[in-house]
Amino acid sequence: MSSPKNNLHEQVKLHRKNVFLEFLGSMNLAISILVVLAIASVIGTVLQQNQPYNSYIIKFGPFWHEVYQTLGLYDVYSAVWFLVLLGFLVLSTSVCVYRNTPVMLREMRQFRLRAKQKSLLSMKHSSHWQVDAAKNTKEYILQKAKLYLGQFGFQVKDEAFEKHHTLVARKGGINRVGYILTHVGIVVICIGGLIDGNLSLKVKEWLGTIKVEQRDLTAKDVPAISRLKPGESVSFRGSITLPEGSTSNFVFLNVRDGYLVQELPFAVELKNFRVEHYESGQPKSFESDLIIHDKERKNFAATISVNHPLIYRGYAIYQASFGDGGSELDLQIRPFFVKPLKGNKAQQLAIKGEVSKSKTVKTPQGNYTLEFSDFKKFNIFPNTDKDSRKQFTNYGPSIIFKARDESGQAREYVNYMSPIKLEGRYFFLSGMRESVDQDYKYLHIPIDANATMERFFKFHEIINDDARVLQMARATVASNIKAEDKTNTKMQQQVATAMVRLVGLFRKGGYVAIDKDIQAKVPKEKQLTVARAYMGVLQTALENMYLLVLREEGLDVIKGISKRDGTFFEDAVSAMAGLGYYGTPFYLQLTDFTQRDASGLQIARAPGKNIVYLGCVLLIIGVFMMFYIAQQRFWLMIVREDGGENFDIIFAGNTNRNEFGFNKRYRLFAEQLKALLTDK
Amino acid sequence: MSENILPQQFQQQSWVKHLTIFDWLYAVAMLVGCVYAYNEYASYMDEYEIGILFLTGASLVGLGWAWKPFRLLFIIVAALSLIAINIYNPAMQALASEGITGQTAIDVLTDDSEKSKFFLKFLISSTSATMWMSALFFMATITYFIELFGRSEFAGKVATAMVWSAVTMGLVGLMVRWFESYLVGSDVGHIPVSNLYEVFILFAIITAMIYLYYEVRYETRAMGGFVLLIISASIGFLLWYHFDKGASEIKPLVPALQSYWMKIHVPANFVGYGAFALASMIGIAFLIKERALRKNPAGLLASRLPATDILDDVMYKSIALGFAFFTIATVLGAMWAAEAWGGYWSWDPKETWALIVWLNYAAWLHMRFTKGWRGAPMAWWAVIGLFVTTFAFLGVNMFLSGLHSYGEL
Repeated sequence: MSSPKNNLHEQVKLHRKNVFLEFLGSMNLAISILVVLAIASVIGTVLQQNQPYNSYIIKFGPFWHEVYQTLGLYDVYSAVWFLVLLGFLVLSTSVCVYRNTPVMLREMRQFRLRAKQKSLLSMKHSSHWQVDAAKNTKEYILQKAKLYLGQFGFQVKDEAFEKHHTLVARKGGINRVGYILTHVGIVVICIGGLIDGNLSLKVKEWLGTIKVEQRDLTAKDVPAISRLKPGESVSFRGSITLPEGSTSNFVFLNVRDGYLVQELPFAVELKNFRVEHYESGQPKSFESDLIIHDKERKNFAATISVNHPLIYRGYAIYQASFGDGGSELDLQIRPFFVKPLKGNKAQQLAIKGEVSKSKTVKTPQGNYTLEFSDFKKFNIFPNTDKDSRKQFTNYGPSIIFKARDESGQAREYVNYMSPIKLEGRYFFLSGMRESVDQDYKYLHIPIDANATMERFFKFHEIINDDARVLQMARATVASNIKAEDKTNTKMQQQVATAMVRLVGLFRKGGYVAIDKDIQAKVPKEKQLTVARAYMGVLQTALENMYLLVLREEGLDVIKGISKRDGTFFEDAVSAMAGLGYYGTPFYLQLTDFTQRDASGLQIARAPGKNIVYLGCVLLIIGVFMMFYIAQQRFWLMIVREDGGENFDIIFAGNTNRNEFGFNKRYRLFAEQLKALLTDK
Repeated sequence: MSENILPQQFQQQSWVKHLTIFDWLYAVAMLVGCVYAYNEYASYMDEYEIGILFLTGASLVGLGWAWKPFRLLFIIVAALSLIAINIYNPAMQALASEGITGQTAIDVLTDDSEKSKFFLKFLISSTSATMWMSALFFMATITYFIELFGRSEFAGKVATAMVWSAVTMGLVGLMVRWFESYLVGSDVGHIPVSNLYEVFILFAIITAMIYLYYEVRYETRAMGGFVLLIISASIGFLLWYHFDKGASEIKPLVPALQSYWMKIHVPANFVGYGAFALASMIGIAFLIKERALRKNPAGLLASRLPATDILDDVMYKSIALGFAFFTIATVLGAMWAAEAWGGYWSWDPKETWALIVWLNYAAWLHMRFTKGWRGAPMAWWAVIGLFVTTFAFLGVNMFLSGLHSYGEL
């Protein structure tokens, strides 16, 4: 097939002047760059980018870390070699456009009337027939052919030659413009992207005029060499977390394993941050009410939300994230030990906390540092109702904190403010885990009739009071002993001591501690019997102490206790059995809070954006032109040999797209023209 | 003047004159539908969404005029969807008076209780319609191969009818799901292109529609089995996702997805994915045909599969279509990212893989246009392209983390 494309290449070859340009504009180079760029891009997605260097060292070891870092693999897309590749792509595309455009424009304008008879006959779509010269004139044939082809939207032109007359109908030359638009589009996009890239920053860093800060400093302490004045960088994308009521006139730019401070020509104040939730507890919307303080202009208020940024003076302010901005917490420390906390006669101590701050608590077991990491006003979880239908329940506010002991060991806790209903009973829940990858293990503290923890702690206090335990043990032994043993004080003493010891073991480590004790001291064959006996004794002891609690509350326990009080006992005992593993020697109860949200804002400046969009539009228009507008050309050559009785008609056509559809059209045209021209 | 000289039979009528009364009725119905939707729901839409509504109407008119069978498809889908809505509306009101609303009420109407509605339960609730679509696609796959190897023209016609029916049910499923999402909660409602389950349905429908267009255009059903294989694979995934993961549950949108951009970005992307997938399956048919011609030119495969130049042409057209729409989708995605994430390009894994897919097919097209590459190498390349595309579509969500984490498994 002799396509205009091949012809084009011929022409291009004639214009070859410069080997270097030839190389730059060559298809092989362009394709190679495309492939290498694709592979480089894959690396950037497989190797997580811009992580802290420490995590890379752990992952790859110091040697490979060094290699990867040198190759720029941690930030592939702004590595020098990647930018150079992009540069080559732009260059190659530009050269290609530069070289081909004149040829293509000429090609678009040309009708190619001078095609030779031979070449027309050798075309893929070609046919010829004869018309009686006696009945038709050349002019009449031409006129009919022009009218026929013209009605399909073809441009028609004809020219008389020495021995023949050629008519050319052409259409879709704009296909060539498609080529130009796509390639110019790519160049424009890359230029826009370059403006918005961090090239200027890289150069400044390389020149040493700026230095990435790696220390954890507050913004005002960051030295001038790590600060960028407003307008100093053409484009940037930084972020800042603003607690409600605070104002900032800078953002942080994350650069590799450090950051820079980018100053803004205005200040942003966060008045209010709102989160709305779906019924399922999923966030529905995040909104920040901002006030922009600008010395040069009037202050004004604006609200931004996800997908609805504020564009101001070429800076775009986005709602990016949210968090706690330092909610104030009122807390009660409820100790799991008997002696009151220092300087406080009460059995509990009120403290104040603030999210993202910490507080130290002194206990007989040493100091504990409480690091408050988060506060949640809602905790909505799915569960099923009585008809096993899915529903959502809000479990109310919670705090998350870490308690760090003197050796630096920390455990993480989540404590709910309000009692939570589980299997028909209400509990105060506190989850504990030793590391972040574990699930929380929960402590369930049952509530008393007043929906408080008072009874539990009263019960706990008695169990932990050695004097009262001994007193209770003696009383229990005395009341339960058989008549014949009444005089055996030694034995009574022994049983009471055993009871006290068992309660002591239970206090320390619950049933597990007792079990360990049996395994260590009792021969194997007797363990089961002893365990049963121990459990009986312990149960009696705990029950009697619980009755003391009830009596102190003023309840009449002679006639037995209510079912509810019975359940409380069981729940309380199982909670206490687990206390030895809870970690902190106190329970931290959230009693009140003042929530303070923080909004994560992203502030960006991208002056190249509109250039990129322009390039995109060119690209899209060009792609459609190239694919869907086929360049079609038909030749009709009329030849009359000297003195011949007929006109020889040669009809040929070619296209550069959609050969399949063109073939149909060619056959229709050939058939109709034949009928039309030989008509009469 | 042409009228004077060219005999009637040679006169070319303009395309407008080729339009039938049915074409015009279809266009009028579309306009009425758009105006009705505008009147009814304009207060819930922003100006962009109103623009999208009317542009969609115009595009559907254009599509129907250019591809006539689409008109009937559209009418049937619209009718079935409206029937579903009209069954839902009074039934939901009745349940609401008993205090049953939302997803629970939809479940009651489509489950085994005595309150369930027959047509919803068995035919046109979104879940049932989607199941019908799945079954029809599976059956069509088998039937196409019966046609191919059994030389049964009847089987071929049945297979084509099945694909049309599957597309119909799939579209009804999506339309009704759209409506159901508003029944779940007025703040939950959204166009069903927001998660992996929904876009898998979209993928199957779009791929099938592109195939149906080429089936008529090239007057061959021999490609059907191959194309339906990839559709069946996606349906297999869809069913696993539905039954094993409960993915069909309608969930509210995270804030980042609450944007008119989703309505255009996602469908454009799936025209791209669908076309690329189709091209790869045609590539496989091409390779089989070529091998058959070499090994056993008189054999069944060599004689039944379409000519290699037809397969080559379909493969090219499909990749060109995919490339054009994928370009649009990526640009729209960049514009959305600029609004939602604060930058039009962040080298997020999904973005980067979209670029890789784009570069891959750009290279493919360059080889064809400028080097004139045809045949087996291009077919192999199209098949490899499917793996690249699949990774961009699924692999990124499964193996890489990033901003674009809506379609997580």
